[in-house]
Amino acid sequence: MADTTSTGAKAGFKLDVQALGPILALIVLMVIGTALNPDFLAAQNITNVLSRSAFIGIIAVGMTFVITAGGFDLSVGSMTAFIAGLMIMLMNALIPALGTSWWVIVIGMVAGLAIGGVLGAINGLLITRLNIEAFIVTLGSMVIFRSLVTFLADGGTLSLNFALGSLYEPVYYGGLFGIRWPIIIFILVAVLGEIAMRHTAYGRHCTAIGSNEQVARYSAVHVKRVRTMTFTVLGVLVGVASVLYVPRLGSASNSTGTLWELQTIASVIIGGTLLSGGFGRVWGTVVGVLILSLIDNILNLTDLVSPYLNGAIQGVIIILAVVLQRARKSSR
Amino acid sequence: MEAAASTEAPGGTTRAPDAPRPGSARPVLALRDVQKAFGPVQILFDIDIELIPGEVHALIGENGAGKSTAMKIMSGYYEASGGTVELDGAPVTFTHSREAEKRGVTIIHQEFNLAPALSIRENIFLGHELKRGWLLDHKTMQARTQELLDRLETPLDPRTRTADIAVPEKQMVEIAKALSREARVLIMDEPTAALTTRETEVLFRQIERLRAQGTAILYTSHKLDEVAKIADRVTVMRDGRIVRTALRGEMNEDQMAEAMVGRELTDMFPAKRPAASAEAALEVSGFSLEGVVKDVSFRLGRGEILGFAGLVGSGRTELMEGLIGLRDATGSLRINGAETHIRNPEQAMDAGLVYLPEDRKEHGLILTLDMRRNLTLLVLKKFTRVLIDRKAEEAALDKAIEEFDIRAPSRDVLVGNMSGGNQQKVLLAKIMLAEPQIVIIDEPTRGIDVGTKQQFYTFIHRLAEAGHSVIVISSEMTEVIGLCDRVLVMRRGRIAGEVTGADVNEDVIVRLAMGLAVKGNENG
Repeated sequence: MADTTSTGAKAGFKLDVQALGPILALIVLMVIGTALNPDFLAAQNITNVLSRSAFIGIIAVGMTFVITAGGFDLSVGSMTAFIAGLMIMLMNALIPALGTSWWVIVIGMVAGLAIGGVLGAINGLLITRLNIEAFIVTLGSMVIFRSLVTFLADGGTLSLNFALGSLYEPVYYGGLFGIRWPIIIFILVAVLGEIAMRHTAYGRHCTAIGSNEQVARYSAVHVKRVRTMTFTVLGVLVGVASVLYVPRLGSASNSTGTLWELQTIASVIIGGTLLSGGFGRVWGTVVGVLILSLIDNILNLTDLVSPYLNGAIQGVIIILAVVLQRARKSSR
Repeated sequence: MEAAASTEAPGGTTRAPDAPRPGSARPVLALRDVQKAFGPVQILFDIDIELIPGEVHALIGENGAGKSTAMKIMSGYYEASGGTVELDGAPVTFTHSREAEKRGVTIIHQEFNLAPALSIRENIFLGHELKRGWLLDHKTMQARTQELLDRLETPLDPRTRTADIAVPEKQMVEIAKALSREARVLIMDEPTAALTTRETEVLFRQIERLRAQGTAILYTSHKLDEVAKIADRVTVMRDGRIVRTALRGEMNEDQMAEAMVGRELTDMFPAKRPAASAEAALEVSGFSLEGVVKDVSFRLGRGEILGFAGLVGSGRTELMEGLIGLRDATGSLRINGAETHIRNPEQAMDAGLVYLPEDRKEHGLILTLDMRRNLTLLVLKKFTRVLIDRKAEEAALDKAIEEFDIRAPSRDVLVGNMSGGNQQKVLLAKIMLAEPQIVIIDEPTRGIDVGTKQQFYTFIHRLAEAGHSVIVISSEMTEVIGLCDRVLVMRRGRIAGEVTGADVNEDVIVRLAMGLAVKGNENG
């Protein structure tokens, strides 16, 4: 066929135009923000916005893979609280033996990542091996983690030893070339995630499984293994977020990470990933995270609308994003 | 005249203005010169069928002959592309099956249409619930359901969830549902496929009762002995056309089979390959899958094209899925003489064994992805170091397009937007990327046009010539016969027989598949 190759570039370009939606929304938000408050673009404000959104962002990258492979995870918020709580207890317990040293912090960080991986793997195994819906399993683990952290904190707050906390602080507030660590790590995770999604067998397998699990199975893809892996990686990334979160406040409580699961899932969806699976876009998720945190920031910087309405506006945007997705899908 | 029929169900003998003259039975439902095409593919040609009150009309034919399509046109699921459907002598267009049902035409599908979470009672009255004011009249529905089940000698509680009952019982519930609608025309698509002998007898008593009450019944079955027993009139279809209509007693079972089959082989197929080498590529022995395949043993020679024939549901697909590790199975499998254990498709592929699934849309291809990503999915490992080598993928796609003559409007087109034939070519290219020794192809040409079919036969031949050993499963007899030098026929999960050389013909295969005596030793 003569025309087999010629239209390739055109079709690719058309897709990109459709994908621009979230980016346009982000630009509009930035213009509005600048117009309303000149401080909006100040380095300090941008740094604050970005480092606070880094937690959600890092987790959302992991969530993109889970959702692309047809899964779902409600437990990430309370998992953060649980991991942070365990890390704090562990580090406090190590001080008598190791003193206030970096060793304690390094052990705490490694433990945070490991616990995250284990918790994620448990979610994944329950879902794939026992064949229970991801929604049910993670709804359950969400409540369990939240309850456990409340129990560990005895209903109050778990606080990191003050001296150790000061030593740990630079992991959140410090950085490289004036860019804070959380931002650097967020960028790193996002870049790796984007590459993994588009250029590795893992990403391709996630897409295949989310599109049609049966076809993937017939195509020699280890469906259960890959799906479990998405939850495990997400757990590790929740661990990363916890490692960065603990030095920020030096404490964890029952309210740590509340509603993070919703913000995470919302970011993924706003970014263009299909909630039903089969199509995922990591850079879209990053844009989604930025959109949600900018809205929050703009409302805080201006008194145009009460910041109490933040949730309402985010909700409208989430629904709008899905409506637009639906329109795009049916136009295909 | 419809209004009065609500209480006195299937009476209908007194019909107002143009009542039929006694003796000349007028059809309630008739297809007149009906055509049906899906896109460019014509499925039905000039179909004329009359369903007469008080008559059981059997429609028989091979898989793909067009029986189901004809039945779906009668019951309003499809619209005819040409010709007319007549109800009570007047042309009608059912826009929806519900409309056909309202006019007294009810179909019992081969696949059950029962909501598993609902009870038998709720299923039977689904969409036709009896009400008292605003509320459901559970009591009457319960009693009516019980009465229907009693009539069908099916001892079930109407409150049982349909998910909890066995397959034959589900079939009985479907039948009860049709009875509850007090149909004037009842269309049954292989109702006995899932029934035991005893249940079949109960069903036949019901059919006789309905016949006596003046219901027109259309009945399909692959069981020709049943057809001979119950049908007043038999219509034989082949390749979308009616080849013969006969009254009871005019055609015996053998003649039915002959009429179904009797088709000339054209030169669709390349010349048959000489008998395969003695060297065995695959040896399977004592292979069983619980409930579907029993103790199957066979051997596949290197470079051979081995056919697997049999009716739908005879266990062929399940057997192959067992071989490549998609289903739990027991038994031994040797590849090139070496005992091989395969627990999943990846191990099968590593052992040189690949399978092209029967259902390309549900098991073969991801319709929402492009050709490239479909093509390389099975062997993505080969294209990956750390990252996927996009260039190598594109090159593989170029090669596949060339080798299998894939025609697509553009390289990036989603596979779901391609024609069936081209999808099937992508699927074949996909499994061949694994460079297998043994290729199992399940229904190579289902739903694709004649020209592409011919291309496929050439492809399959080329594979064998290149030294691949090929298994072809097909429900189209011509295909198996045209391609294979040796054919295994499966029936009810077992190998019913093997035919080779000159014995590879439709008559023998159909007889084996249906459990009839093979000619020559019939009546024996």
